[in-house]
Amino acid sequence: MHIPDGFLDPGVAAAAGAVSVGVVGYSLRRANRDLDERRVPLLGVTAAFVFAVQMLNFPVAGGTSGHLLGAALAAVLLGPWLACLVMTVVLTTQAFVFADGGVSALGANVLNMGIIGALGVGFLMRWARHVLPRTRAGFLAVVAGGSWLAVMAGAAACAVELAASGTVPLGTVLPAMLGVHALIGIGEAVITVTAISAVMASRPDLLTVRGLAPRLPIAGGAS
Amino acid sequence: MTRWFVALALALAVGLAFFLSPYASGSPDGLNRVAGDKGFDGRAHVHSIQSSSPIPGYAFPGIGDERLAKGVAGFIGTLGVFAIGYGVAVRLRRVTP
Repeated sequence: MHIPDGFLDPGVAAAAGAVSVGVVGYSLRRANRDLDERRVPLLGVTAAFVFAVQMLNFPVAGGTSGHLLGAALAAVLLGPWLACLVMTVVLTTQAFVFADGGVSALGANVLNMGIIGALGVGFLMRWARHVLPRTRAGFLAVVAGGSWLAVMAGAAACAVELAASGTVPLGTVLPAMLGVHALIGIGEAVITVTAISAVMASRPDLLTVRGLAPRLPIAGGAS
Repeated sequence: MTRWFVALALALAVGLAFFLSPYASGSPDGLNRVAGDKGFDGRAHVHSIQSSSPIPGYAFPGIGDERLAKGVAGFIGTLGVFAIGYGVAVRLRRVTP
């Protein structure tokens, strides 16, 4: 979903950029509150994992592919604000080292593929903690739903930005973007749930920091 | 130990990028597909800064074999992103009050 240069008009790119700068700036300011010692390497490895899996395009219907965005995964592991930083690191590196995603469109890409999913899923997990029973299945169901919604919300934002730029009418681009990303979002949910399940099986304590995730039942009591 | 978890996860990420990314689908992604279908894909252009980017399009320059070029790009990119993310986190932990 990386928007190249040329798709957005300068005003829309600047507006999206301003939102991203604001949110990433806030994330940087409160980073010390969220970053305990073990989350420092965890932030690095989450960024690396998101970058790597973003390269693994999987086929969806009709000669189209999709790939993980990773904002949901980062938000479940690290919380909403550190997840914004993870996605900013990944998307900025992709733009400047790999020429993937535009330079003027970087703010929009950070917003669509990073911030929206990171904050959406991060706060969804907090809300779910109060509402849902604290079971493994319930937790993973919220992770799956959140992952899918993050992709759909990012695709919708992308469509609105394209329409606001006069590139393509909203009535044309919105259904098209939501249609294809409804499938890609399933891939996002599968990959995110798989990765989170693996972390739950090996290091459940990494998910439960700062009460973001539900308290997980630990079988046998030993961890 | 968090160190072991991080080392293992990093090895998995690097392995996926090196061994699997060369076999990833080359079809256009969701946005590119919509751009093609709705006829605005021609608007895309590469920024002047990007024309000199070190590893354009996930193909490591100077490697003839397309798959190897992508695998090497993934290998270097994954380690590079880890280093940047780790570096940013170390710095933030030190400088923010």
